[in-house]
Amino acid sequence: MAENLTTLTTATFNETVASSSVPMLVDFWAEWCGPCKMIAPVLEEIASEHPEAIHIAKLNVDDHPDIARQFSVMSIPTMIVFRDGQEVKRLVGAKGKGQMLQDLDEFL
Amino acid sequence: MSSSSTQPRKVLIIGSGPAGLTAAVYTARASLAPLMLEGEPSSTSDQPGGQLMLTTEVENFPGFPEGIMGPELMERMRAQAVRFGTEILTEKASRVDLTQRPFRVWVGDPQAAEPTYTAESIIVATGARSLMLGLENETRLIGHGVSTCATCDGFFFRGQHIAVVGGGDSAAEEALFLTKFADTVTLIHRRSELRASRIMQDRLRNNDKIRFAWNTVVDEIVGDQQLAGLRLRNVESGETSDLAVTGLFVAIGHQPNTTLFDGQLALEDNGYLVTGPGSHTSVEGVFACGDVQDHTYRQAITAAGSGCMAAIDAERWLEGQH
Repeated sequence: MAENLTTLTTATFNETVASSSVPMLVDFWAEWCGPCKMIAPVLEEIASEHPEAIHIAKLNVDDHPDIARQFSVMSIPTMIVFRDGQEVKRLVGAKGKGQMLQDLDEFL
Repeated sequence: MSSSSTQPRKVLIIGSGPAGLTAAVYTARASLAPLMLEGEPSSTSDQPGGQLMLTTEVENFPGFPEGIMGPELMERMRAQAVRFGTEILTEKASRVDLTQRPFRVWVGDPQAAEPTYTAESIIVATGARSLMLGLENETRLIGHGVSTCATCDGFFFRGQHIAVVGGGDSAAEEALFLTKFADTVTLIHRRSELRASRIMQDRLRNNDKIRFAWNTVVDEIVGDQQLAGLRLRNVESGETSDLAVTGLFVAIGHQPNTTLFDGQLALEDNGYLVTGPGSHTSVEGVFACGDVQDHTYRQAITAAGSGCMAAIDAERWLEGQH
């Protein structure tokens, strides 16, 4: 697992997202979601290749449904990019690394 | 991204559902060192592992009397293919050239001068993808009530009223799965009876969370930030009505993934690849198996069986070339 991969909880969510010095992509996922499992290694690769540009964090919606509700997440994987604690981009659905890099280009 | 190779592969398999992985097991055991392009992550059925990656319990695959989860079945098939030496790349073919041998296959930029891989034979196992309704708002509301993956998103509809469109086994399976979470699931079907198998129909009728909207189509998906409801039309009476739902799951059928082969492989009138005898396509040395060439059976076990046929056909054809 990449070094800059953070696991978020209801208790740590707000502070971690707000205090990140670089944009933080939060991956909303669950154990029973096949596409979530496939996107995970892609995100880990992107995180380790761009450690200065973007941080990746994971939020298990099964364990923390309140956070998923707060951000109206109704489909996983959903990936929300936060800058200074504000949502600046939302991606829904798993995709290949090439497409992910394109979608995140503005942050990399 | 793996490096390209100038050395042609004996067998290159495009696709990684039950058909592709069975072809991989057989060609690997025949010492043909197959290379598989398994595709890329996606939340639709066009992903590594194929349609079974979005299903839950598979009860009709022989050898699993207790049933097995779709993704687990695919993980096991993949492990079996790897065990015998299949090289699997998580990449999507972007272009193929079947007009010369060895055949040429591109990954990434389809305009690149040189192909990424070359192969003496190709096994096409690209499968089929789920059809969407094609209505305005449908794509925009994916992730906001419209879902392409019931197993991923059912959880978010706990205690809510939702709808499934379709009348086949996939629609029935999704509707039943979603009753674990939703308060009601309305099954919307354009005909007055289901195409789903008898056992699935019985389960639907015996589930008190299931409602049926017969002879009905969705005319409009209503919602601004989130799905608010559906405008329905009864195709017999022409009457329209609104159904308030917060979730919509579409399972109206499939379309074969043949775009890659447009103009190069012969298609049936309905868009599926022509095969025969056996798994031979219209181009010598190119074989096809699974749902990309089967609009009749479309089962995991028939896909696997046809993958075996393609592997044996490819092996025999390669033997005849030397």
